[in-house]
Amino acid sequence: MKDKKHGGRPRLAPICNEMKLDFPSHSKNESFARAAAGAFIASLDPTASELSDIKCALSEAVTNCTVHAYPDHIGIIRLQIKLRTDGTVIMSVKDSGVGIPDIEKAREPLFTTDAAGERSGMGFTVMESFCDSIKVTSKTGKGTTVTMTRKLAGKSAL
Amino acid sequence: MIKSNCQYRFTATTEGLVVSVSGEIDHHSALSMRRDVDNIIWNRTPTHLILDMSEVNFMDSSGLGFIMGRYALMKEIGGSLSLRDPSPVVMKMLTMTGFDKKVRISNTAKL
Repeated sequence: MKDKKHGGRPRLAPICNEMKLDFPSHSKNESFARAAAGAFIASLDPTASELSDIKCALSEAVTNCTVHAYPDHIGIIRLQIKLRTDGTVIMSVKDSGVGIPDIEKAREPLFTTDAAGERSGMGFTVMESFCDSIKVTSKTGKGTTVTMTRKLAGKSAL
Repeated sequence: MIKSNCQYRFTATTEGLVVSVSGEIDHHSALSMRRDVDNIIWNRTPTHLILDMSEVNFMDSSGLGFIMGRYALMKEIGGSLSLRDPSPVVMKMLTMTGFDKKVRISNTAKL
């Protein structure tokens, strides 16, 4: 649907539910974040495959915070999830960590700054593969926000 | 009390050392599993390491890093690694990253 008020861009379905969760960047909270997101998204009745994809993409974003954003101390990770009435899931993972100096480089497959830690360098590739879109904003010394969007097939939150 | 969402056990077989993994492999669980598996590799120096992935119900790229790391270590000691019965979530990750072309995958009849 096109809307003249929105400059010809498709009009987005309204937000029907949202959640925010702040938690410390302990690695054990990676599974907690996935479980919380899974429980919240369950109202959209996702398929097992969709749920698995979303959890995996989220896990990558949260792990990036644990490993890269806060390399030497525990910081706060903010997870925000919004659901649109057309079944679109928007997840944002925000940190106040070190930031990414070169986002394009960081998004390249197999690129990692932590080879010793056995990072595969596939985190962003996984996020991109499992989501319809991904947006990364970052400022060195200020932090990073990763926003991922995935529309569930044939779902409506109404 | 369940401390970890990932469990693993070791079995010595005629085919090689089998590590049967179940549950969720993420960055957190991969850390301790990596330490334990590497310890046993260095102590026993098996010629073949088999990672049974049939009971893995979640794996992100940290799990992939774990597999790649053990693959490299087994190569370093002159051995080899294979994956047994990777579950759909594991297979999806291997296929997406092209690692399914690099590592040997065996599917037994138990699935």
